[in-house]
Amino acid sequence: MSFLSEPVGLSHFLAVGAFLFVTGVVCMATKRNALGILMGIELVLNGSIVNFVGFASPYFREENLGLDGHMIALFVIVLAAAEAAVALAIALNFYNNHATIDVDRADELKG
Amino acid sequence: MTPLLAATGEAAINWHTVMFYVISLCACGFAVIVAMTNNIVRMAFALIVSLAATSGLLFLAGAYFVGAIQLMIYVGGTVVLLIFGVMLTAQKAFVTMQTKASDWILGLLVGGTLLAVLVQLVFLIPQWQSSDYQSNMDAELIAFAKELTSQQARGDEITEEQRRKLELMAAKASEGMPQRTGEIGLALLGVRADKIENEETGLAGYLLPFEIISVHLLVVLVGAAFLARAKRHHHGDDQR
Repeated sequence: MSFLSEPVGLSHFLAVGAFLFVTGVVCMATKRNALGILMGIELVLNGSIVNFVGFASPYFREENLGLDGHMIALFVIVLAAAEAAVALAIALNFYNNHATIDVDRADELKG
Repeated sequence: MTPLLAATGEAAINWHTVMFYVISLCACGFAVIVAMTNNIVRMAFALIVSLAATSGLLFLAGAYFVGAIQLMIYVGGTVVLLIFGVMLTAQKAFVTMQTKASDWILGLLVGGTLLAVLVQLVFLIPQWQSSDYQSNMDAELIAFAKELTSQQARGDEITEEQRRKLELMAAKASEGMPQRTGEIGLALLGVRADKIENEETGLAGYLLPFEIISVHLLVVLVGAAFLARAKRHHHGDDQR
């Protein structure tokens, strides 16, 4: 149980961020439901927030991003909220017009 | 001697590490559930748990304000918005929508490769691998306490200033980071309180990005309301 008595480093934190990112990418790639893709995007943004805050934390490194990392994380959160609102509106519009939210059938612009 | 100094002697279980492993297991596990399940309602629930656990991670990294904002805006706002979307489009055919096996194989292949590369990269850099913050703080505190005891042994009084410094260092060693809420508020108004000694960068705040993102949020909400206004004509009947 020696790994429980050592303090975690930045690497562990970044590994969690990378895992969330990859899970989000897989979710975006494999879901056919438009809202499922939105949830994948949320996971990707969350991974980026974890990374920014990890780099900003004075707990892990002597020369850290400090306040800058926190600010960027806050901006990412606000952007995620805005993105969710617009994407949800588009998904609802698509559902109203086509009676489906299957993204495989969103091929109206096909050449 | 504070009880903290006595406790640093033996190799005890680091509860910060334990909490990190528990919370990150929660976040990653529920993220996997989000990616793997086909039921959109279960996905939404797992997403809530995963995001809440991520806010716990932010608290562990000392970003208290960002963690609180994550809980309020992400978990309390964005996910509720998503759940509204799920409920508004919840027809039986769309609740469990199957993915093709070839899509799964391709996605997992690409994702696994990306994860392998990223994790290798993350553990490659030696400066990132360990945290010496706690041990540095403890060593500093022990040195200062030793200095004070030797001063006391020489017969000098401990001044009020030194006593306050000792308390401050003990708090820093046991709690970690200072709160940054006020600094964040000032930075949004264009003043960097943490860099105020440095004349050139003292005013390099985030006023412009704050304004841009505020106007952006307003425009986006108006646009979303415009896009999502009720207008149904997929049954052929014109309701307006």
